[in-house]
Amino acid sequence: MVDTWTPAAELGHAMASGDASAEEITTAFIERGQAVEEGIHAYLAPTFERAVDEARAADDRRTRGEALSAVDGIPLAFKDVFVTKGVPSTSGSRILDGWVPPYDATVVARCSEAGLPMLGKLDMDEFAMGSSGENSGFGGARNPWDAERVPGGSSSGPAALVAAGGAPWAWGTDTGGSVRQPAALCGIVGVKPTYGLVSRYGMIAFASSLDQASPFARTVEDAAMLLQLACGHDPMDSTSIPDEVPDFLDGIDAGIEGMRIGVVKEFQGEGAQPGVRTRVDEAYKRLEKLGAKIEEISLPSFEYGISAYYLIAPAEASANLARYDGVRYGYRAPADDIVTMTSHTREDGFGDEVKRRIMLGTYALSAGYYDAYYGKALRVRSLIIRDLEKAYEKVDLIACPTSPTTAFKVGERTADPLAMYLSDIYTVPVNLAGNAGISVPCGLSPDDGLPVGLQLIAKALDERTMFRAAHAFERDFGWISSAEGRPPL
Amino acid sequence: MHLPRAVVGPGSSHILGCTATMPIDRKAVDHVARLARLDLTEDERERMSVELAQILGHAEAIQELELDDIEPTSHALPLRNVMRADVVRPSLTQDEALANAPQAEGGRFRVPRIIEDA
Repeated sequence: MVDTWTPAAELGHAMASGDASAEEITTAFIERGQAVEEGIHAYLAPTFERAVDEARAADDRRTRGEALSAVDGIPLAFKDVFVTKGVPSTSGSRILDGWVPPYDATVVARCSEAGLPMLGKLDMDEFAMGSSGENSGFGGARNPWDAERVPGGSSSGPAALVAAGGAPWAWGTDTGGSVRQPAALCGIVGVKPTYGLVSRYGMIAFASSLDQASPFARTVEDAAMLLQLACGHDPMDSTSIPDEVPDFLDGIDAGIEGMRIGVVKEFQGEGAQPGVRTRVDEAYKRLEKLGAKIEEISLPSFEYGISAYYLIAPAEASANLARYDGVRYGYRAPADDIVTMTSHTREDGFGDEVKRRIMLGTYALSAGYYDAYYGKALRVRSLIIRDLEKAYEKVDLIACPTSPTTAFKVGERTADPLAMYLSDIYTVPVNLAGNAGISVPCGLSPDDGLPVGLQLIAKALDERTMFRAAHAFERDFGWISSAEGRPPL
Repeated sequence: MHLPRAVVGPGSSHILGCTATMPIDRKAVDHVARLARLDLTEDERERMSVELAQILGHAEAIQELELDDIEPTSHALPLRNVMRADVVRPSLTQDEALANAPQAEGGRFRVPRIIEDA
C-alpha cells in the first residue's frame, strides 16, 4: 500500500528499486483524492482512467529500462488555467464551459514528456482573479484543515488537493500571490519562479506581464524537481528567458551558513495577525540558528505594491479578456446584432469579480485616466524594482510572511473586494519585480491552529539560493514530515 | 470623453484601510461598461460605482509619490524585440480552429449581423 504522504522524490526511488509501481502509486493518489473530494471540492475534471493508462505505460517503460525521468509515472494535477488537449479547460469560468482545447500548454506537454500521469484539472478563482477560491464559476474548493475556511486563491484546487495528500504535486499559476498564498493557507510549499523561467504558452492569460506557472508540493525538493521539468526556453512564448537553466537540486543540501537574509522593516508592524507574526519570527530565529545572518532592510515602496498591482493587473486583464466575444469559442448569448451579442455574452458568462476587474482596468486605461492611474502604477513598479535591487546589495534573500492572515472563513471577505485584495500585500511586489518567491510552512498559528507560511524572496534567476534556504529550514523544522503537518481529514 | 475623477479624501491610508470615497459618476460607469462590452444590470452599475471608487481610493495613495523622474516599467524582463524566422509552421487545421465555435458555416465563424441596414 502506497502512503500518499510520501514525497515524490522518495516515490521515484521506490519505483527505481521495484518497491512500488507507477500504477500502484497513481491508484493510491486517485483513491485518496476520491476519499477527500467531498470535503475539499478540488477537482473540476478528473482524468483518472487516463492517469492509470499513463501509469501503466510508465511501468512498461521502466521494465524496458527506458524511463523518461526519475519521476516517470508519478502523477500530477493542473489548475484549470492550463489548456489540455482533448480535456475541457475553463479557467474557472462559465464563459469557457465545455471548451475543449486543441493543444497542450507547454508546461503540460513537458510534464507529459517526463512521463507524469495527469490526474485531472483543478478548481480555481475565475480567470485566476481572487485570493480565496470563492470566485470559481463552478463551486469553490475548501481548506483541508477546516472545511468552513477557504484554501486561498486563486490556485485553490491544487493547494487543497496537495495539502490533503490527493496529489504529490500540482501546477498552479501565480500572478500576485496565487500559488504562495494558498500554499501558506494550506500548509504546503508553493514556488513563484522568476518571470520568464517557465513558458506561458497555453496558460489562459490574466495579466501577461505578471502571470507565471508555479508549482505546489509538500516538500521544497519536490517543488524544485517539478519546476525543473517544465522550465527552460520555449519559442512559443517570446517572454521566456533564453538562458540555460541551472540544476535546482545541485547544492540544495549545502546549508545556509553565512547567507544574508533581510527582514522587511515595513512588514514588521501590525499588518499581520499576532499568530502569524509569532510563527514567522520563530522562523527567522531558526534561520539564524542555521547560520544565516538576519538583518533588517527597508523597502519603502512595498506599501504601494497593492495599489500598483490592482491597477496594472486589471488593466492587462481588461485587454486579455477582450477575446471572450462569443465568436470563436466559449459561450454565446443569442442576439440579432454583434454588439448586443458580445455584451450579453460577457455579461452572462463572466462572474462578479471578473467584471469588476475588467471595469477597473478599462477605467484605468481610458482617456483622461491613463496617466493618473496606469502610468503612475508603472512608475511605482520601477520604484519597487529599484528598492529590491538596493536590498540585494546587502542581502541574498528577503524574508517576510506569505500572507497577513491564516485561512479565513468562507464568505468572510466576499462582500468587500478591497479586504480580499489586501490578502496579497506580501506577495504582489515579487510579481511586479519579476523576482522569485517561495512559501514554506512554518507551523500552525497559536491563535487558531491553522497553517502559517514563511516567504523567502530571491532576485531574478536565483532560485537555487532560495531553494537552498527553504530546504535547510524545512529539514531543521521537520514539520511537514511530522503528523502535525497533515490536515485532520 | 473625459471622465470625472474619483473623489477621495486626502491622505488615504495605504495598507489596511481606505477612506470614505464618493461613488464614481454613473455616466462614467455606463461609459466604461460600454467600452468593455459588458451589459451590466442596474444593480451591478450601482455597486460598480461604489466599489470602483473604493478600490481607486486605495490606489490614490500613489498620487502622493514623486514619480516624475521615474521611468515606467511595463515589463520586468530586459528582453527586446524577440524575433523569429518568418517561415511557415504547422498550425491548427481549419476544422480544429472551428471545432469550438458557437456557430460555423462554410469553413468560417458565423456571427450575427455586423453592418447596420442602410
